[in-house]
Amino acid sequence: MNEHVETPPVAIEDLPLLRASGLTRFYGDRIGCRDISLSLWPGEVLAIVGESGSGKTTLLNCLASRLVPTAGCVEYRMRDGTVRDLFRMSEAERRVLMRTDWGFVHQNPIDGLRMSVSAGANVGERLMAVGARHYGKIRGEAEHWLERVEIATDRIDDDPRAFSGGMRQRLQIARNLVTNPRLVFMDEPTGGLDVSVQARLLDLIRQLVADLGLAVVLVTHDLAVARLLSHRMMVMKGGVIIEQGLTDRILDDPREPYTQLLVSSILQV
Amino acid sequence: MPSRLILTDVGKSFVMHLRGGVTIPVISGVSFSIDAGECVVLGGPSGIGKSSILKMIYGNYGVEAGQIICACESGKLIDIASADARTIHALRRRTLGYVSQFLRVVPRVSALDVVAEPLAAQGASHEEARRRAAELLARLNLPEALWDLPPATFSGGEQQRVNIARGFITDHAILLLDEPTASLDAQNRAVVIDLIAEKKKAGVAMLGIFHDKDVREVVADRVIDVATFSRRSNAA
Repeated sequence: MNEHVETPPVAIEDLPLLRASGLTRFYGDRIGCRDISLSLWPGEVLAIVGESGSGKTTLLNCLASRLVPTAGCVEYRMRDGTVRDLFRMSEAERRVLMRTDWGFVHQNPIDGLRMSVSAGANVGERLMAVGARHYGKIRGEAEHWLERVEIATDRIDDDPRAFSGGMRQRLQIARNLVTNPRLVFMDEPTGGLDVSVQARLLDLIRQLVADLGLAVVLVTHDLAVARLLSHRMMVMKGGVIIEQGLTDRILDDPREPYTQLLVSSILQV
Repeated sequence: MPSRLILTDVGKSFVMHLRGGVTIPVISGVSFSIDAGECVVLGGPSGIGKSSILKMIYGNYGVEAGQIICACESGKLIDIASADARTIHALRRRTLGYVSQFLRVVPRVSALDVVAEPLAAQGASHEEARRRAAELLARLNLPEALWDLPPATFSGGEQQRVNIARGFITDHAILLLDEPTASLDAQNRAVVIDLIAEKKKAGVAMLGIFHDKDVREVVADRVIDVATFSRRSNAA
C-alpha cells in the first residue's frame, strides 16, 4: 500500500456513488434491459420511468445486485472510498452492503417487512444485523424512527398486519433508514396507495431524502411522483433508455415520440 | 458591471411527434447579455417566445442552437445550452433563481417551508431559513394565519406572493422573473418593485417578463423586443 495518500484532486461529492456500464439482462432470448450505463452521485435522486414491461424493474434489480446481469458491471464507492465491482464481491460482502449502506423499498410492504414480528422488531432487526445488541438502545432507536415516519410509538409492539397500507409503507421506510444508508432503491414506493396516503408518503420521502442527503434510484410509472422527488430522469422503453436529463427538462420539453406520449397522457387536475 | 448572462444566436423549435412530426419554430438568433445589477425586460405580445427564452435559460427547455453562458460568482463560465443535468441542478441551487407565474404545490408543505427551502438548500440552518421566510412573507402582506398552511388552497394572489418570497429569499446572482406581479394588487406590486430595486443594488442580474406596463416602466433598465427573434410570425 502506498503510505503517501494524496488529497484527491476532486472533492468526494464529485465522484459517483454508483456507476453502471453496459448493463444488460436477458430472460432467455427476451430482453430485460440492454446496454445501460448510468452514474449516480451522493444526494441525487434519479427516477427511472416507463410503462410496465419497459425494463425499469429489471434495471433496478441489476443495480441493486438482486439480479445478476447477463453483461456489464456495476461499481459502488464504499464508505472507505474504494470502488468495488458488485458482482466480484463475495455473497457475504454484498449482503453486508445491502443491510447497512443500502436500502430497498419494495412496492408491496409485505416484500420488505416481516409481517409476523412487531413494528419495533422490524426496525430493530436491521440494527441487530449490523451488530447492535443493547436492547434499550435498539428500542430507543426504533421508537425514534417510528416517530420520524409518523407512526405513533404506542404501536411499536403491534405487528404490521394490523397496519394500514400507508403505515406499512412508512414502516418499511423506517426499517430501511435505521442503519443510516447512503443509497436507497425504491420500486414504485407509492404504488397502490390512496392519493391522500400517497401525498403524505411522498412528502415524507422528499423530506427524509433531503435531510439525510440520500442518493436514490426511484422506479415509477407515475410522472408526477418523478417530478416531485427526482432531480434527474431516465425514460425506458423496450429495455433501453430512450431519453434522459434534468427532470424538469424531460417533462416540460420531451423530445422522443414515446416521451411526448407519456407526458401528454398525464392527467391534469 | 460585468456580464452575468450572455446569449448568442440561441434558437428553439418544437417537434411535435404526436402531430405527425410537425416542427413548430419558436425563436432564432436570440443574442443579448445582462450585466450584474441590471434588470432587462423581454417585450412583445403573448405567444412570441418570451417564456421560452426564460425556460431555456433555466434549463426547463432544451436549447437547439447557440450558447447561453452563465458567469458564476467563482468566475467560472458555464454554457447552459450544453450543460448536463447535474451542472444545471447545481447552478439552480447557487446561481440561477426563477420566479414562475404559478406555484407548483407540494402536498403538506407549509407556505413558510416552501419559501425557506431554497435558502436551506444552500446550507442555511432551518431556523435561519424560516426566519428569513417569515420576514419576506410579512413584507408581502401574507396573513400570518396562512404561514403554517400548505398553499394549495390559497388564492392566486396569495400563491404568487409565496412564489415571489421563495424566489427572492436567496442571494442568487441571476434571477428570472416570469410575470411575478400578474395577479397582485397595487400595494403588493409596490413591494415587488422595491424587492427588485434592492436586488439591483446588490448586483443581481435580472431578466423578466412584465405585462403590467406600470411595473415594467419602473423596473426595466432595458426592454428587448422578442419579436425581432420570433419565428412565429413567418411560420406557416
